[in-house]
Amino acid sequence: MNTAILVSLWLRRDRIMLPLWVYGLTALAASTAYGFKSLYTTPGSIHSFAAGVAGNAATLAMYGPIFDQNTLGGLVAWRSVTIAGALVAVMSILLVTRHTRAEEEAGRLELIGAGVVGRRAPLTAGLLVAVIANVTVAVLATAVLAAVGLPFAGSVAFGLAWLASGLAFTAVAAVAAQLTESARTANGIAVAVLGAAYLLRAVGDAGSAHWLTWLSPIGWASQVRPYAGDRWWVLLVPAAFTALLAVAAYTLTGRRDLGAGLVPPRPGPARAAPGLRSPLALAWRLQRGTLCGWGAGFVVYGAAIGGIADGISTLVKGSSSTEKVVIEMGGGHNIVDAFLALGMGILGVLAASYVVAAALRLRGEETGQRLEPLLAARAGRIRWAAGHLVIAASGAAALLAAGGLAAGLAHGLRTHDVAGQVPRLTGGALVQAPAVWVLAGIAAALFGLLPRFTGAAWGAVGLFLLLGQLGPVLNLSQWVMDVSPFTHVPKVPGGAVSAAPLIWLAVTAAALAAMGLAAFRRRDLSL
Amino acid sequence: MENVVEVAGLVKDFGRTRALDGLDLTVRTGEVHGFLGPNGSGKSTTIRILLGLLRAGAGTSRLLGGDPWRQATELHRRLAYVPGEVTLWPNLSGGEVIDLLGRLRGGLNGKRRADLLDRFELDPKKKGRAYSKGNRQKVALVAALASDAELLILDEPTSGLDPLMEEVFQSCVEEERKAGRTVLLSSHILSEVEALCDRVTIIRKGRSVETGTLADLRHLTRTSISAELAAEPGGLAALPGVHGLDVQGTRVRLEVDTDHLDGVLRALSVAGVRTLTSRPPTLEELFLRHYEADAR
Ligand SMILES: Nc1ncnc2c1ncn2[C@@H]1O[C@H](COP(=O)(O)OP(=O)(O)O)[C@@H](O)[C@H]1O
Ligand SMILES: [Mg+2]
Repeated sequence: MNTAILVSLWLRRDRIMLPLWVYGLTALAASTAYGFKSLYTTPGSIHSFAAGVAGNAATLAMYGPIFDQNTLGGLVAWRSVTIAGALVAVMSILLVTRHTRAEEEAGRLELIGAGVVGRRAPLTAGLLVAVIANVTVAVLATAVLAAVGLPFAGSVAFGLAWLASGLAFTAVAAVAAQLTESARTANGIAVAVLGAAYLLRAVGDAGSAHWLTWLSPIGWASQVRPYAGDRWWVLLVPAAFTALLAVAAYTLTGRRDLGAGLVPPRPGPARAAPGLRSPLALAWRLQRGTLCGWGAGFVVYGAAIGGIADGISTLVKGSSSTEKVVIEMGGGHNIVDAFLALGMGILGVLAASYVVAAALRLRGEETGQRLEPLLAARAGRIRWAAGHLVIAASGAAALLAAGGLAAGLAHGLRTHDVAGQVPRLTGGALVQAPAVWVLAGIAAALFGLLPRFTGAAWGAVGLFLLLGQLGPVLNLSQWVMDVSPFTHVPKVPGGAVSAAPLIWLAVTAAALAAMGLAAFRRRDLSL
Repeated sequence: MENVVEVAGLVKDFGRTRALDGLDLTVRTGEVHGFLGPNGSGKSTTIRILLGLLRAGAGTSRLLGGDPWRQATELHRRLAYVPGEVTLWPNLSGGEVIDLLGRLRGGLNGKRRADLLDRFELDPKKKGRAYSKGNRQKVALVAALASDAELLILDEPTSGLDPLMEEVFQSCVEEERKAGRTVLLSSHILSEVEALCDRVTIIRKGRSVETGTLADLRHLTRTSISAELAAEPGGLAALPGVHGLDVQGTRVRLEVDTDHLDGVLRALSVAGVRTLTSRPPTLEELFLRHYEADAR
């Protein structure tokens, strides 16, 4: 009963974020299936694509093997179960942490805990919200896949495979939330487990030690083999894993104090480092940990793109239409360059997510009441806000550089051209920076002008992402496409670079930020 | 430059809620000024306007001779602030926060910092999320008291402190006064204001209801008297200004408006006084009276 009240409270708090995740993931499943369906129209083209993948260690590592090389379903499952399943896991982790440890850290659970709610109710409520989200995603994914025309049983298996990934990491996050006092750390632990699981599966699928895949929850999901035998019994493994971890989370909850973690926090320094003396230094101190986490992700992703690129021509040999689409979207004349350019575009979207998360710290600090003492201590509004924006903008540039560098190294090593590819791909990633900065500008403008809607900056990221993905498919008219800053980014490597659009993007970003800062200077703080 | 704070007719609306409704407040240089009012009466809002965090809707406000909104940053060099609700960064230690706030303000006194940590029994190595409310408040207090600011603005700084620490706090404020600093102390704890403040402004519903020294304000209220008499007294009830009369044989308790004290004493001595205690009103009673006045 009390749990039900909490669940409805959490669902109301998530009324924007949750639908975004659910629709986003459903759209991903649908667009992948639809895309493959329109690209590979004959069994021959499907088979030759699949045969190419099977022989490429890098794609095996990234997506896993194709279990049915002759059907469309086989391709769709290969492309979506592992990598998009990891996204389902990310959604689950964020949801659980947000409604358990984050609430507790903010002290709000104390308020509830002092009421009539049982001590396990908050954990149950957090888990239930994640279960609701996961089941909705699984049902919708099944429905859209079946609607595209894939076999129904396989679509159910696909939905259940996603559900298995999501629930496994729901449970992982529930345990992580018991370990530490900090929601950020709890998220970090759970995401690290996800990363390790993905890596285990990657090594297992790409190498000869296939049993490694069986140590990974992501591996279990892929081994369900939707559209390729639908091995239902495999689902028992993640089910047992999930149940076990859920029991562990409940046991741990029962053993600890409210607000405390099982791992006692390490003490900090008694004096501040000499450099901690400005709003910028504080912003760096607050954001550096997160930036390092993103950095690791960018390096891995960059290396993956760089590692795959060289083999892409064998992959698409069977399908001239794929080649056409890749070249169309990636620009240039050469399929490898076009693929790399597409990869750089994805780095850009990822950097946009980082930059928005980092810029939203502004609002978090303000509403978290941590801004008040700073401003009263002469931080100065503009200096303070600019500090966070500088970290966000330069952090995004650094991430792009790291991703591009990793891609250049990986691609260079495969093509024996490290000296040539490293600067080429680092540059290719860095041209995304001005477009990414526009999103920081949007976040800053919202923060100054419409502070209560600062979170809408995420909407801009989603919109630009959708425009980039759907624009070419739906043949949207150019002026609609022009709304997205990413439309104006040169497609490199391969395409021509002209400075004008980059300068315009940077100027737009600066103007938006300046507008936001000017408005922030004139408004009341939300206290 | 006589007054550190000069606020007149201050109005502030939050949407349809009127938080301040023509508030006046004057704080003189070198005094400890009590800013007294029940929860939600507008103390924090006033202080935030003085700090340039909120913008006044109407009225005038001067802080240290400057405009608190337009000259915020330069004025903040000369003051230190302890917010009512202290929230720290979860992964910064208390010591780091103290240093950071001190440095932003232009430096802090290392010896005083160490001394204050000691007196408040604060462990500077703990991380923000590990501190209790009281300890978070201590972090902000140490940061403010260790600065060389000429004005201290303290918004209900003791609401999380235990009685022992409250005593430490009071002695610290006493030292600040002796050092010639000005203190604006908001509170709804009356004994604290009574113990520390030279002058008091009492507010209610965003409006100042009284201002002056404690002595000034006492004339507004009543004195409580209890006496043991030689004989049963007569005619007390008929005297002007007498309230809450309670006669039990020769024991008498009553409250009297301070300006009618004379007549009551005369009547008591007629009956012959064995013992007599009289008590000046506490601020609690002062308060109650203003509530009553408002309720009527
Ligand atoms: N940011 C805000 N938004 C809306 N109402 C507010 C805000 N801040 C204060 N108020 C309202 O203004 C009034 C005065 O609040 P406050 O100054 O915090 O009182 P005090 O500090 O004396 O307890 C209260 O009624 C409070 O609810
Ligand atoms: Mg207050």
